[in-house]
Amino acid sequence: MPIRTLTTILLLLGMSAAPLAADARSDAKKQVQFGIAVAQRGLWREAIYRWERAVQIDPKYAEALNDLAIAYEHEGDLEKARVAYEKALELEPNNTLIKQNYELFKEINDRTTRKDSQDNQNP
Amino acid sequence: MTARLARIARTTRILSSVAAILLIAGCTNYYEIPIETPIKPKLDVSAFQRVLVAGFIAGGTDDVDGNLETTRLLRSQLRTKSDLRVIDSDVLPLMEVANDDKGAPLEARAESPKTDGKTDAGSEGKEGKSESKESKAETRGEPPQPASAEKAPVIKDAKDLEPFEHVFADVEYWKKIGEEYQNPLIVTGTVMFTPHQRSGIVQREEEVYDSFGRRRVVPVRTYMERKGYILQPKFIFIDGRTGTVMHSENFREEVLYNANQSTPALSSYFELMDRLIPSFLSTLSSQKIKGTRVLLE
Repeated sequence: MPIRTLTTILLLLGMSAAPLAADARSDAKKQVQFGIAVAQRGLWREAIYRWERAVQIDPKYAEALNDLAIAYEHEGDLEKARVAYEKALELEPNNTLIKQNYELFKEINDRTTRKDSQDNQNP
Repeated sequence: MTARLARIARTTRILSSVAAILLIAGCTNYYEIPIETPIKPKLDVSAFQRVLVAGFIAGGTDDVDGNLETTRLLRSQLRTKSDLRVIDSDVLPLMEVANDDKGAPLEARAESPKTDGKTDAGSEGKEGKSESKESKAETRGEPPQPASAEKAPVIKDAKDLEPFEHVFADVEYWKKIGEEYQNPLIVTGTVMFTPHQRSGIVQREEEVYDSFGRRRVVPVRTYMERKGYILQPKFIFIDGRTGTVMHSENFREEVLYNANQSTPALSSYFELMDRLIPSFLSTLSSQKIKGTRVLLE
């Protein structure tokens, strides 16, 4: 009897968790869509705000992290961009579009970090 | 019973196909967007109004005067792509300075072949109408004269540069140069431009036509002798107020051509410099790198 009750509770919990996750993703997606619309009009600050909200709502939303990384890159915040890209790829390692964005980003980032390592060296 | 099972299997297949299509459609909602990544300058050069590309210790092939060409190229790039005023002076004979360094008094060493310390971005416009001797010679079609043509020591590889490199750490010398030119940012360093040869298997694309006359491009692996050049500059940025090194950067670029292709050394030099000029400029001024990324839903 207790086992059956426990199973029922777990089942109910599982069933209620699924719609909650779906709701979170749906809310986050609205933020992402709005972010894309404003980014396309050049309003990158607003886009960053929207995509940060999306990631807060659903931290496992790889696409939102990808978009956020692009916005950070556009703003010149390369360290934040790197972290966001890597999180996105951790969540979706096989997403070719995120990988492609990350490779392009790395070309720029590597160039700046290579210079960092030589800073203030004596000849 | 069997028919029912088959119907269920077919329905499952259709449903899974639809699900897969929906999934792919959902995942491929993407928007290409142009971005401009601003790269902050490596050095804070706000304290300087002027820049002096002093000259370089150069070695490698005799076909290109790495000292003169690099000085000219960097000056012209800085004129158009940085906010600093470029000082137009003759190139410093750094190899002679390095050789004389041990015995001569400081005043004698720092006596530079200057042209009143004028900047060419002053009253005469950005493109520098106040030409130095070398650039006048250039416009007249005369070959450029090396800054230290007579008794120039032979520098064939990076190791040969070592005996001269102490000149960059000579704080007093650079401070004196800085005083002469009203405390500019000084750009100097070394440039090695050496011929290079490599042979091995190379993959190239070849056009083939089948029996119907259709064109195809196929990769073909062939053994090839190739020759070209390696460019290894080291840019050193010196604070003209204190004579100390602020920053230095090493670069290495190489190019290889088919052995039967004859490419002039000077054009290879410019090809290679073209590749690293953006990195050089981004040390002094902020740059924007244009690109495209993909936003995802």
